Amino acid sequence: MQYITLDNETDFDGWREAARSLVLHHVQPTNVAWTVQGRDAELFAPQAPSPILAVNDGSFKVSGKFVDLAKAAILHRDPERFAILYRLLWRLKDNHDLIEVATDPDVALATAMARAVHRDEHKMHAFVRFREIGRERAAHYVAWFEPEHHIVELAAPFFAKRFADMPWSILTPELCAHWDGHSLSFTPGVNKSEAPGEDRLEETWRRYYASIFNPARLKVKAMQAEMPKKYWRNLPEASIIKPLIEDAERMTGAMIANAATDPHKPQRRPEAPMTRKTAANDLEALREEAAHCRACHLYKDATQTVFGEGPKSANIMLVGEQPGDKEDLAGHPFVGPAGQMLDRALEEAGVDRKKVYVTNAVKHFKFVPRGKIRLHQKPNTPEIKACRQWYEREVSAIQPDLIVAMGATAAQSVFGKITPIGKNRGRLIDLPDGRKALVTVHPSYLLRLPDPEAKALEYRRFVEDLKIVAGLQKKAARAA
Amino acid sequence: MDVQRKLEILADAAKYDASCASSGTEKRDSSDRKGMGSTAPGMGICHSYAPDGRCISLLKVLLTNACNYDCLYCVNRASSNVPRARFTIEEVVKLTLDFYRRNYIEGLFLSSGIIRSPDYTMEQVVGVARKLREEHHFRGYIHLKTIPEADDALIAEAGKYADRLSINIEMPEEASLQQFAPEKDVRAIRRTMGRLRLKLDEAEENRVAKTKARPQRFAPAGQSTQMIVGADSASDHTILHTSSNLYGSYKLRRVYYSAFSPIPDASRALPLVQPPLLREHRLYQADWLMRFYGFDVGEIVDDSAMLPLDIDPKLAWALRHRDRFPLDVNRASREELLRVPGFGTKAVERIIATRRTTTIRLADLARLHVPRNKALPFIVLSDHRPSPHRLDAAGLIERFKPKATQLGFGF
Repeated sequence: MQYITLDNETDFDGWREAARSLVLHHVQPTNVAWTVQGRDAELFAPQAPSPILAVNDGSFKVSGKFVDLAKAAILHRDPERFAILYRLLWRLKDNHDLIEVATDPDVALATAMARAVHRDEHKMHAFVRFREIGRERAAHYVAWFEPEHHIVELAAPFFAKRFADMPWSILTPELCAHWDGHSLSFTPGVNKSEAPGEDRLEETWRRYYASIFNPARLKVKAMQAEMPKKYWRNLPEASIIKPLIEDAERMTGAMIANAATDPHKPQRRPEAPMTRKTAANDLEALREEAAHCRACHLYKDATQTVFGEGPKSANIMLVGEQPGDKEDLAGHPFVGPAGQMLDRALEEAGVDRKKVYVTNAVKHFKFVPRGKIRLHQKPNTPEIKACRQWYEREVSAIQPDLIVAMGATAAQSVFGKITPIGKNRGRLIDLPDGRKALVTVHPSYLLRLPDPEAKALEYRRFVEDLKIVAGLQKKAARAA
Repeated sequence: MDVQRKLEILADAAKYDASCASSGTEKRDSSDRKGMGSTAPGMGICHSYAPDGRCISLLKVLLTNACNYDCLYCVNRASSNVPRARFTIEEVVKLTLDFYRRNYIEGLFLSSGIIRSPDYTMEQVVGVARKLREEHHFRGYIHLKTIPEADDALIAEAGKYADRLSINIEMPEEASLQQFAPEKDVRAIRRTMGRLRLKLDEAEENRVAKTKARPQRFAPAGQSTQMIVGADSASDHTILHTSSNLYGSYKLRRVYYSAFSPIPDASRALPLVQPPLLREHRLYQADWLMRFYGFDVGEIVDDSAMLPLDIDPKLAWALRHRDRFPLDVNRASREELLRVPGFGTKAVERIIATRRTTTIRLADLARLHVPRNKALPFIVLSDHRPSPHRLDAAGLIERFKPKATQLGFGF
């Protein structure tokens, strides 16, 4: 039988040292008795430390997961923890994967211990209540807390980092932690009688606690699950819990009974801030009107109407399919990836982007949500038809000479019927009203092509189409 | 009026906002001794719990409960007779620091009634955060309400100081918002959410790409919103559809559901009954299924458009899809396991890690933290197989329904 005596209740290094040596000497877990200095020693334990510990050469590998688990579990107050962890270590040396087996009794036990320790640490971070001793700049902040496990050293650095600018002490029955503004120190535990008296802010805190509580939503069990009664004796707000509960039903009943009162008439209601702006010109008026469009259901799920943009004097109008994710958020057409592609192509073709008007056949983003992203959906014929009025009114306001339909949806809107792109692209087509139309692909089509060669080829064709636009633009500029 | 009285009025005015999280922000502390406060990434800390079961993590107050708007569901509406108060910026700053220093709170949640104009109100709210951060070097958590249609520069500044920003959508449907909150415009609210998302995305891109030496910080804990449940007649399907749209469109971290509860001095237009707490709870469960369990709205709510109240939505789904069960726990995919009643995300991870080296048996369920009674009819283990007629029995649902008990406070 090996008798191991650790220096103190949280002596992880001592345990690790001893455990390593015991494993190397093939000492079975059943042949080890663990104790701590000052605890009632085992009846037959020798007084001298075990000679086995002097011989400590060699090492073996154990997973980091076990080390983390042991560091936490060793802080548990169960006196059996050292033996349980040694047994687990003994079994792990021949079976590395055991640590991943949540159903193993030893793994489950050690995990439960570590979890209890971390929960206790978390509750200490939450429920410590400092009391001010002295005033303001010269104040010292002192708290009394009763942890369940040996966690004071574990929990203290959190307070040092959070309250680095003030001297504080946390007094507990087993160990006290102190911060002087520069370093942490620990002293033996004290009696509760050493705890400071009521702090000047506690009454204010209780008033806040009472006011933030909603008596119509009484859920006492839910409160106690997270704030068990064992903590209440050291919480300043706990003294009013019972009266608040007793009053809750009465207060709620009163609210329901006294339901409606005559509304209080405000003196002078200022203009409600969320009202609409008045429009400056006809294009502005159109944009404003379109912002409230309800002609199809697409407005419901979209952020906003994305109307066309560009100079009123533009003689070229580019029409896309519909706003995408980014356009919907920003409220401007062609600002997402397809817009960047279009800008690049226009520049290469020699089109002056500032002089064209860009818009979309459908002015709300159609999509289905998938978690944190939105999947683009193709607008259908009724939606394209419902939105066509805006396109027509934009044409009347801008009076362009050339309309460029990018993609099938835009072509359907421009020609008023389904119009295949392949057959019609790359040449000027006369529209019934005397304007010219040009059909080409939508830049997002280029983005979707997986094959880089096909992409490059299609991009060049797109630029070729746009060169027709550039030619017309230059001709119009010379004429002007 | 003294500060304590103001605090009572302005905390009471803020308690109908369900948001309490102080989690999911960047890691900060005050080791440089320049100020006070810290945040832990991931988990926030709940410093106390009120008897309504809600956590108290932040000092949650309004800057003022005076308001130009007359939203019928709101205790602070212009026509309400509640006592009014207004904090000075200095008073909120001092209360926050005083409470924080005693470890009562994780930080500040600040909202406000709309006074004068959206920009003026936003400027006041940002003013508190600016003072806390710039003058007092406060490193704790700050959650600010964003006023819809506020100026972009103010929103950028709010994001610079705040960990989280939120705008409440309040009503699941545009029609009910028009009915109850005539001055509010759902389009303006959504446009502002869209602006926030663009700024969040930009800050995220800069963080990842490290393009700038010091990228402009913007609300590292993202944005959230709240919907009131039970004030209008919207169905659970409508509510969840709206949530799923908001998550997808604006990358919200959270949608909070707030069961409409009686307010002092209520309007005649509203249902004055006990708040539908169980319905709220089911909506939260459904929300989790959408976010962490791979469920779509259409799967969670069947044609009745309302979630059942007597059983949770995942169990309801499993009972509607008995043909997919029983599942072999030792073989099923992660996606399938996530759909077993009683299997949480962590339990599924434990199962997957465990079954690599060993076979899972009936006795192991407790160690995996799985409620036996709930899962057994739906699973196959090496030593358990539910009898086929049991899974098809019409009475299976009875097994899960809560036993009738007398109401009382567990005290």
